[in-house]
Amino acid sequence: MLSLYHDARSPVHALPAGAKLLTLFAVGTGLFFVRSLPGLGITLAVVVALYAVARVPWRTAWGQLRPVLPFTALILVAQLVLTDWRTAVLVGVRILVLVLLANLVTLTTRTSAMITAIEVALGPLRPLGVRPERVGLLVALTIRFIPVIKEQADQVRAAQKARGVERSFAFLTPLLIKTLRLADGLGEALDARGLDAEPPRRRS
Amino acid sequence: MTIELEGVGHRFGDRRVLRDVDLRLDEERVGVIGSNGSGKSTFARLLNGLLVPTEGRVRVDGLDTRKQGKAVRRRVGFVFQDPDVQIVMPTVAEDLAFGLKHHGVARDEIDRRVADTLAAYGLAEFRDHPAHLLSGGQKQLLAIAAVLVLEPEHVVFDEPTTLLDLRNRRRIGRLIHDLPQQVVVVSHDLELLAGFDRVVLFEGGRVVADGPAEQTIAAYLAMHPPL
Amino acid sequence: MIPANRPGISGGAQGKGSGVRTKDIALIALFAAIMVVLGFFPLIELPLVPAPFTSQTLGVILAGSILGARRGGLAILLFVVLVLVGLPVLPGGRGGLGVVLGPTGGFILAYPVGAFVVGLLTERLWRRYNLGVALLCNAVGGALVLYVIGIPWMAVAAGLPLGRAITSSVVFLPGDAIKVVIGSLAAVAVRRAYPLIEPRAEVAR
Repeated sequence: MLSLYHDARSPVHALPAGAKLLTLFAVGTGLFFVRSLPGLGITLAVVVALYAVARVPWRTAWGQLRPVLPFTALILVAQLVLTDWRTAVLVGVRILVLVLLANLVTLTTRTSAMITAIEVALGPLRPLGVRPERVGLLVALTIRFIPVIKEQADQVRAAQKARGVERSFAFLTPLLIKTLRLADGLGEALDARGLDAEPPRRRS
Repeated sequence: MTIELEGVGHRFGDRRVLRDVDLRLDEERVGVIGSNGSGKSTFARLLNGLLVPTEGRVRVDGLDTRKQGKAVRRRVGFVFQDPDVQIVMPTVAEDLAFGLKHHGVARDEIDRRVADTLAAYGLAEFRDHPAHLLSGGQKQLLAIAAVLVLEPEHVVFDEPTTLLDLRNRRRIGRLIHDLPQQVVVVSHDLELLAGFDRVVLFEGGRVVADGPAEQTIAAYLAMHPPL
Repeated sequence: MIPANRPGISGGAQGKGSGVRTKDIALIALFAAIMVVLGFFPLIELPLVPAPFTSQTLGVILAGSILGARRGGLAILLFVVLVLVGLPVLPGGRGGLGVVLGPTGGFILAYPVGAFVVGLLTERLWRRYNLGVALLCNAVGGALVLYVIGIPWMAVAAGLPLGRAITSSVVFLPGDAIKVVIGSLAAVAVRRAYPLIEPRAEVAR
């Protein structure tokens, strides 16, 4: 999930990050107005074909998709109970398409390219006091923190298990304190690497 | 190539961690040792302005850390004990580029320096590797490379080998020994500091011994005889 | 070890302009990341309603009660930006404007507001903060605010009468109550071990 760039040479990789994010944004919005099953089916087929074009190994693609499936299944069941099978399939396929597309974008786009694209997109908001390079940094750090939090969670849970505490929400507080301490250290490291220096006036 | 401390003391609230430190460091290899809580880490953080002393002043090549903090931090690189807090970006190459980007270095210059650094520290094969999947030694290597890519004049290390196994310890030790910059290393790893031009011993927030590595390390060992 | 509240640290390193210090940047990113991670922990929940039964409101509560109004609100806002871009950060790997425009989108847009309100209340009551106070702050910001924004949105987006939207939201209550309790216990413990909030009255900006 996120941050899992799969390096390869392909037309999909070569597309500008901005274009890919824009497509994701457009599809993420537009798909909700598509109510025809064949239409959605075609979109799904196109996305799957794009995976082949991007030369993402099926194993990698599946690994990204699998954790999401139980949730999609739940929604599917809920829709079946509450509405009719057609709507249920519609909703299910829609989610599938969106997740696949979002994963494809993250698999084929370097985080730094994605961040540059976000910074460029936020450029026009500069007069409103938005500082695009700050937002870019925040996004990068967020992506960086995700695996760190998971790692720390595993450590805390292991430590508690070692002391005979099984499955409880008691691991939340130590986890928070550990990650807060890490964030503190990271803030310090940002300072040490000169982040506080004036942001460069740079148009790349 | 000089770091000077004059009448330096430091407090966190009402806890006093350093007092009366007067040092002029112009040797190429400076080590700092001392017990836990002796003020070593605070000392290290004073050297690049991460901390500004509550008493006295610290100057790096004539620049006061209090008044010219930004300029000092550009001159003085800092490597932390835990590479996990230091690696900022998701992948190896991106992390190397991070500091350069924030220093306003031009794009092609960034690409060039990143490529050089990747090659120099044997990280080329990990270019697009997620940083969190590196081994402990590789992570520390990346953390150091990310500082060196900024081409600082001095590098401060805060216990750079504490979390490493013997092989990686030696590897990082060799790297530190070979650096062209002035280096200040805070460490419990006495083997790492052997052969340094100068080693300073802190106890209870004061300098209690200062001299060539063998001499200071011997004093330190004498203070803590085997039980 | 350096204590949490350490006057003088980063003394020379204040980010100018936006008034956000470097350390705050790391904290804001941390809580945005916590939101993403929480999206992977479905909380026990029954799938009666397609609405995301998510632990993410716990992230809203934690951000507000640990970071305070401004940093907490910004952290969750950052998360919402990631959602809007289309990154797969909502439960089930979803994201995108489409989800936000959907029936449950109001809740997502309400998250930053909720975190801000939790933070604001927490800062005001920081001096006498205890479990009772925490429960109050978190229930108001982490549940009530979300309902006030999310439920009318759901009524409009799903074309439901408001009454229907309210009754169908009752299913959220038990889960939200649990999250408010868990969040409050954590907030009280973190306040003791690693306090990051300055009480409102003392904040001179």
